[in-house]
Amino acid sequence: MMLKSKLRHALQIVFAVASPVPVASAVRWGPPSSSTSIFAPASTPANSIFGLSLFVLLITGVIFVIVGSLLVYAAVRFRKRASDDGREPPQVYGSNQLELAWTVIPVLIVVVLFLTTARIIHAIQDAREPSNALEVTVVGHQFWWEYRYPKYGFVTANELHVPVSEPQSPTPTFLSLLSADTDHSFWVPRLAGKTDLIPNHPNNTWIDPHKTGLYLGQCAQYCGTQHAKMLLRVYVQPRADFDRWVRLQQQQSSPVNAQMNQEAAEGRRVFEGTACINCHAVRGTVADGRFGPDLTHLMSRDTIAAGAAPNTPENLRLWIQNPEAIKPGSLMPAMNLSDQDFDRLAAYLLTLR
Amino acid sequence: MASDAVTIPSSTRLPQEAEGTWLETLHGWVTTVDHKRLGLMYIGLALVFLLIGGVEATIMRIQLAVPHAHFVSPQVFNRMFTMHGTTMIFFVAMPILFGFANYLVPLMIGARDMAFPRLNAWSFWMAAFGGLLLYFSFIGGDGLYGAGSAPDVGWWAYAPLTSPAFSKGHSTDYWTIALLVSGFGSIGTAINILTTTLSMRCRGMTLGKMPLFAWLNLVMSGMVLIVISPLTAAQIMLMIDRYLGGHFFDTQAGGSATIWMHFFWIFGHPEVYVLVIPAFAFVSEIVPVFSRKAIFGYPVMVAATVGIGFISMSVWAHHMFTIGMTSYGNAFFVATTMAISVPTGIKIFNWLGTMWGGKIRYATPMVFCLGFLFQFLIAGLTGIMLAAAPWDWQLSGSYFVVAHFHYVIVGGILFALFGAFYYWYPKMTGRMLDEVLGKWHFWLFLIGFHLTFDFMHIPGILGMPRRIYTYEPGRGWEGWNMIVTIGVIFQAAAVLLFVANLVRSYFKGAPAGNDPWDAWTLEWSTSSPPPAYNFAVPPEVKSRRPLWDLKHPEDPDWKYE
Ligand code: HEC
Ligand SMILES: [Cu+2]
Ligand SMILES: [Cu+2]
Repeated sequence: MMLKSKLRHALQIVFAVASPVPVASAVRWGPPSSSTSIFAPASTPANSIFGLSLFVLLITGVIFVIVGSLLVYAAVRFRKRASDDGREPPQVYGSNQLELAWTVIPVLIVVVLFLTTARIIHAIQDAREPSNALEVTVVGHQFWWEYRYPKYGFVTANELHVPVSEPQSPTPTFLSLLSADTDHSFWVPRLAGKTDLIPNHPNNTWIDPHKTGLYLGQCAQYCGTQHAKMLLRVYVQPRADFDRWVRLQQQQSSPVNAQMNQEAAEGRRVFEGTACINCHAVRGTVADGRFGPDLTHLMSRDTIAAGAAPNTPENLRLWIQNPEAIKPGSLMPAMNLSDQDFDRLAAYLLTLR
Repeated sequence: MASDAVTIPSSTRLPQEAEGTWLETLHGWVTTVDHKRLGLMYIGLALVFLLIGGVEATIMRIQLAVPHAHFVSPQVFNRMFTMHGTTMIFFVAMPILFGFANYLVPLMIGARDMAFPRLNAWSFWMAAFGGLLLYFSFIGGDGLYGAGSAPDVGWWAYAPLTSPAFSKGHSTDYWTIALLVSGFGSIGTAINILTTTLSMRCRGMTLGKMPLFAWLNLVMSGMVLIVISPLTAAQIMLMIDRYLGGHFFDTQAGGSATIWMHFFWIFGHPEVYVLVIPAFAFVSEIVPVFSRKAIFGYPVMVAATVGIGFISMSVWAHHMFTIGMTSYGNAFFVATTMAISVPTGIKIFNWLGTMWGGKIRYATPMVFCLGFLFQFLIAGLTGIMLAAAPWDWQLSGSYFVVAHFHYVIVGGILFALFGAFYYWYPKMTGRMLDEVLGKWHFWLFLIGFHLTFDFMHIPGILGMPRRIYTYEPGRGWEGWNMIVTIGVIFQAAAVLLFVANLVRSYFKGAPAGNDPWDAWTLEWSTSSPPPAYNFAVPPEVKSRRPLWDLKHPEDPDWKYE
């Protein structure tokens, strides 16, 4: 155990220091910790995988050192010398003892590796879901993520919020994985290994994060043109913050919104009068499209377009006018409205808190 | 060095066929059914595609050198990785290895040609036609209206990305038909090599005396026969889906995406061994000759290869650990995948045993084989990491995997292939490749290879998925990607040197003579290049190393075998 934690520490340092650009310097938005290293686990499945990987690294490392040294030794020791007498070396055709040795020893190693691996597979895959676990349904769409919280009765997109799991009373999150179109894969390296989202083939996975913070990841199964910008953001929050977030998400957008100014009200008319509502839902209004992300609480998100850009008024305005500028190949069409209408739309979107 | 005296059934070099006009020469090559010419044509075809595939890789590496680069659009990038993968596997690796097998198997077993020379020519032309179809997609992909487009579904072409809903136009059709057509060619070649090795060996050459090279290609052919068939079936099913209203893989109509994965990988994994076993074959010929010792543990080497052949058919779903199989399913494929490392390890140990106690000459073929041994060792060990399913849930689909299989294909197969070029080029052309250029080629390629593929493991560990046309800054990926890209420069330089060496030596290389390496198998007993009929008199052998017996009448192998 000691050795394991030491090794882990060393590895973390190596990967943090060795990484040519200091990780922190380049984060432009959101909380810190932009690491997506599989060697910095912060949740039970990722952690047991990390343990297994250290074990496998150790064994393969030893094999490498032994066989590698033998190779180097043979290559150097048995090179043809300048003083060679020109005679052929003694011909040896084989050795049954040696063959037996280098068959049996690897077989034993393989058995050990297999049993260790099988144990971890079982521990992760066959874990029972505790009754207080949070359940979220993740639906992969071409280039964005839909999150449904069935127990709380709301739908959101692209930014997954889960409560931190205290060791005394674990509250893991169990995810059902579905796909609306092509294959995707849910991969947040610090929380768990990846699991694919495959149409007609529901999958499950779970996370059990021990530390609050933002955990990044991205779609890891090629899913089409914008596979690269199908980013994942998981917010692990203290229970109280999470509950507050849930209450906010549960609210509808009220039909007559007090804080709406003139321009926003105009924007809402544009929104509800164009195709926006065929693809987007704003709960409590006529907009109930499901092709694109739910916009009910758009402004509660840090990013838009599955993490492709920070959620600023300028980016929003740019996005609705010309999604290609931010995410070429995304399935949100440019709507060809007047500049004034775009201003109004943007003003409306800004009220969706 | 050259020992022209030692030629069993001697065949002096005949005047090459009567000089004709270039049209007659061309006609001669196009209509040839000679295994040597077809072998060379396979190799030439593959080299052309190697350069094309290399350019595609370079485009990707330029785009990925820095985050948020705008060198190519996502659409172009996705086409590049699809074409790169498809090209390198189906139109470089397969044909080049078939080419060497074609050229060498009949010579090594003392035959005058393959069993079915016309089938052989047909197979070659199918491969060439397949490659042409694949690249025609650049023009015809959109149905010939305006600009075309190449396929962008990845080289595994996972369903339902290939269904009409997600892949409009014809690019996927070209991809499918290209693989169908070249697949038929591969099956033809497999039948040919199987038949040739099983029934055309010269007198005295029992299966137990057949050179390892022929044995390994025999196993490879058996595998091709078995594993290309599911791929072909899947392609036909896909075409039925796309044009005849089938729903095999059409998930929107209740089809199954995972069944495509199974079809693809039951081909795809053994395919790795289809490619690597011929590379083993090169190494198994070159290492003994340059260590001046008989291959260590011949029967075990044969058994291990056959073992690999069988086990490799039962490991395919290790490519699918993340698709949500049951824990028992996953455990099964962990077990088989780890098991295959045993016979593979045995092979490495036997090569080591061959070198042990020898007098190793470090000519270019041997240094490439040494590179192979090291890199294949590492590739095998990262393979074990990926075989540990839970760890694979992290590594699968990341740059770690990309690094791993390039370690196999470039660090292993391509290094062995370069060794094979330096070793057999003299036989094929009658002239030696330049040793100095050869060493330059080796070192440049070694540096480039390690810059690119060693450092590529790291972004994978840091969470970088493959097949992304760009990435976010600040995840610790950028510096590594720059190094990876820089390695490409060295590799490209090395490959250009190699091509230059091929061309230059063809005209200016030192004459090779029959047996420049003082080797032991039958191909070195005939002239370089061999006459159309290979051997004036069919040879007769008594051991695995007929030329050793001839050179050492006092201590022949057949006394011990
Ligand atoms: C054809 C369907 C479609 C129409 C019409 C459409 N959108 Fe979208 N929209 C999408 C899709 C799909 C996405 C997700 C894109 C992505 O991330 O790849 C999206 C994303 C968005 C987002 C970012 C949401 C987030 O959280 O990331 C906003 C804001 C948005 N759309 C606003 C609008 C507005 C305003 C209109 C009308 C002018 C509109 N959309 C019309 C499909 C559509
Ligand atoms: Cu995706
Ligand atoms: Cu495999």
